[in-house]
Amino acid sequence: MQTEALAGGFADAPIEAAIAFRAAMGAMARPGRIHDIRGAMPPAPLSVAAGTLLLVLADGTTPVHLAGGCDTSAVRDWLTFHTGAPLARPQQASFAVGVWAELLPLEAYRIGVPDYPDRSATMIVEMQGLTDTGARLTGPGIQDTHGLNLPDLAAFQGNRALFPLGLDFFFTAGAQVAALPRTTHVEAG
Amino acid sequence: MTQNVQYNFAYLDEQTKRMIRRALLKALAIPGYQVPFASREMPMPYGWGTGGVQVSAAVLTPGDTLKVIDQGADDTTNAVSIRKFFQKTAGVAVTERTGEASVIQTRHRIPEAPLTEDQILVYQVPIPEPLRFLEPRETETRKMHALEEYGLMHVKLYEDIARHGHIATAYAYPVKVEGRYVMDPSPIPKFDNPKMEMAAIQLFGAGREQRIYALPPYSRVVSLDFEDYPFEASKAEHPCALCGATHSYLDEVIMDDAGARMFVCSDTDFCAGRRAAGHLGEMGVPVEEDRT
Repeated sequence: MQTEALAGGFADAPIEAAIAFRAAMGAMARPGRIHDIRGAMPPAPLSVAAGTLLLVLADGTTPVHLAGGCDTSAVRDWLTFHTGAPLARPQQASFAVGVWAELLPLEAYRIGVPDYPDRSATMIVEMQGLTDTGARLTGPGIQDTHGLNLPDLAAFQGNRALFPLGLDFFFTAGAQVAALPRTTHVEAG
Repeated sequence: MTQNVQYNFAYLDEQTKRMIRRALLKALAIPGYQVPFASREMPMPYGWGTGGVQVSAAVLTPGDTLKVIDQGADDTTNAVSIRKFFQKTAGVAVTERTGEASVIQTRHRIPEAPLTEDQILVYQVPIPEPLRFLEPRETETRKMHALEEYGLMHVKLYEDIARHGHIATAYAYPVKVEGRYVMDPSPIPKFDNPKMEMAAIQLFGAGREQRIYALPPYSRVVSLDFEDYPFEASKAEHPCALCGATHSYLDEVIMDDAGARMFVCSDTDFCAGRRAAGHLGEMGVPVEEDRT
């Protein structure tokens, strides 16, 4: 194991995790809004935002799927050291991290069951950048409409149709995060 | 007051906060659905807001200003002790003014002043399951939510009408969220139900029952009713005796053994704010004289 894996965690975990969680919660409560989130310095190719989300949310009880290019030994070591999260295939994962093309197909992930729709995966989609233009979002958390550059439309419309089951998405780029819960209606902007 | 260094920030350990935070995110993603969580024992008895306290502990940051109300009042035992708890364990600033708070923990009321996008309202919930008194088995109520089988709730409201001539449920009045889940709004008076479509994030914590649920801002929250018996946000037909407000929720206070009574705003900050602005009810005195 490389010693780089030991670096890049929170310097003051209770405080930094609390501030980062408020950004994550704000993003999930207001779909499409872009929030700053930082604290972690994960190894490439993970973004600061994706790494911070994992430090805030993942632990030994939440299997994490590292998709495609994210599945490097540096990322595995870093995640294991800082969170203790077991690495898993999509079928078992509570969290999945990667770029959109490498996370597909979405059918592989847990969408919850009718009695427990909360037992579903949370996806962390690494993006080139986040802007509030593109797809048109409506639904809970949005007063009128909100825009967000989504990597796809049909996939999110299909996910909405599963409600109350379905996946919930974070989009991360650099030190920014936005989210799209299963409740959001997505249309071409 | 500075944070007591013998406690982790906001009392709970980081592992517990992560678990609660994951539940909060799923709760926001499925509005009105009750997410099970591994509620911890808190240094206060069940029924004193252990669910709300755990949710507040998981969302507080050092920069927050906390307000705690119990039935609208900032100065009652439950509110004072929870406020002191977070002053001691999180070192956060506290306030009694609704407009200055970033996180408001509440027992059984929504503040009269409209909340903004920058605020979070945390409810203390005793019984999170709206169907519990109609169907005591958790296995059955879980199935009823899964199948969206809420006929029993309408039967209950109908029986209210058959027996009393109107829907007699006055608090914990059931609501339907985003056309899907029937939710217990916690024992707030039904006067407060229409306020639940608000700009702030609303989080609900039930400690003993181990459930967390949530409403994202601007969620559609509809109080259940019938076409011929529409929902009505009722209150006592009096003005506040202290500030004269005719549009706030009132507490009835018994004054003596002869049946004399007064009606006062349940939201103490709202009432004090109105009196400071010069509004006076029939038994009211200006705020300055009140304090001397």
